[in-house]
Amino acid sequence: MGRAKLPRKSTNIDMTAMCDVAFLLLSFFILTTKFKPSEAIAVTIPKSVAAKVAPAKDIVQVIIDKDGKVFLEMDDETVKETIANTLNNTKGMNLDVKAFKKSPFFGAPFSALAAFISLPEDQRKGNNLPGIPVKDTSSNELVTWMALVRDAYQGKKPNLLLKGDNMAKYPAFKSVVDAFKKNDFLKFQMVTNPEPVPTGTDLWKKAQSGEKREE
Amino acid sequence: MAEMDTSSGGGHKKGPGVKKGKKLSTRVDLTPMVDLGFLLITFFIFTTTMSQATALKLILPKDADKPEDQNKAKQSGVITILLGRDNNVFYYEGELAIDASNFKTSTFKDIREVLINKKTSVKDLKDFVVILKPSEECTYRNVVDILDEMAINVCTRYALVDITSIETQLVKKTEEMAGTPTGQ
Repeated sequence: MGRAKLPRKSTNIDMTAMCDVAFLLLSFFILTTKFKPSEAIAVTIPKSVAAKVAPAKDIVQVIIDKDGKVFLEMDDETVKETIANTLNNTKGMNLDVKAFKKSPFFGAPFSALAAFISLPEDQRKGNNLPGIPVKDTSSNELVTWMALVRDAYQGKKPNLLLKGDNMAKYPAFKSVVDAFKKNDFLKFQMVTNPEPVPTGTDLWKKAQSGEKREE
Repeated sequence: MAEMDTSSGGGHKKGPGVKKGKKLSTRVDLTPMVDLGFLLITFFIFTTTMSQATALKLILPKDADKPEDQNKAKQSGVITILLGRDNNVFYYEGELAIDASNFKTSTFKDIREVLINKKTSVKDLKDFVVILKPSEECTYRNVVDILDEMAINVCTRYALVDITSIETQLVKKTEEMAGTPTGQ
């Protein structure tokens, strides 16, 4: 019995469909990707099970680096302008308001703030900046800063964030929290990296039963 | 049979003398393009950071000036956790005994067990209060970890409290003792 001869098929495959998929994925990744903004202050943040995404707008962020130096970061330019004007008027500081507005963060005692502002931006790197002095309870300058922020926001609540390095010591954290407390900022959020909830724990059981987490 | 001849002048049946230019196929080899596409995809996959930073919320209590304004907690439901240097954790239940007999050493791994045990042994869940006392030596990470532990074990009532000098001494002493190989 003769076997039916299978016709030889061409090994060429139509690549169009594959090409479509590849470029679809490519455009997806291009659109979703967010390059990490180059950060002047290197901070490794701890992990937590918190599920809420940290806000990115209207933020006032206090950064504690690994040596316990404290920096203040703000994104609202009008607020920064108000603060600069207030500082110029009340403390008699000769600050360049424009440069102050453009500066993404502040990390110098008030006495050296004018010099800090005049530094070119690429030289403002965390490791050689003095930071805002907080160590002494009597001369905790962050208290003044937070008061300025509070006044500049005029009753509105900014998203107060605290970003600390894993290795920062507790006293730095405590003095920052004290500065918050003194200015009636009683709610703040700590920036962390997400971590899965350990199985078998109460929170895990809650999540399994479909209960919503109160944040 | 059921196929139509779509090739209009596919080259086979041509009248004599008719010279037609060879029709080139419109098909392009897409393989290099696909290669390039996937190369770019891999690049973007590796550079992208999908995980966004999350925020752990902490609400501070307002400082109570008068002692009668302060929150009271039942002794039976209270557990105090102290954080020492090098990720050491200490705890005691209720009030600290004068001879510090209820002062126990733990680690970040075991503290969950301790908390769960305490939580189940407390009769009324409303009385279950965790007091966190970070010492000067502990790191920010320790503080976040222990606050996270509160979230994991659904401890709704907890407070960050300043450490007392007696407790500081006790933590230091225990750490020194643990530093020597006594097999504690």
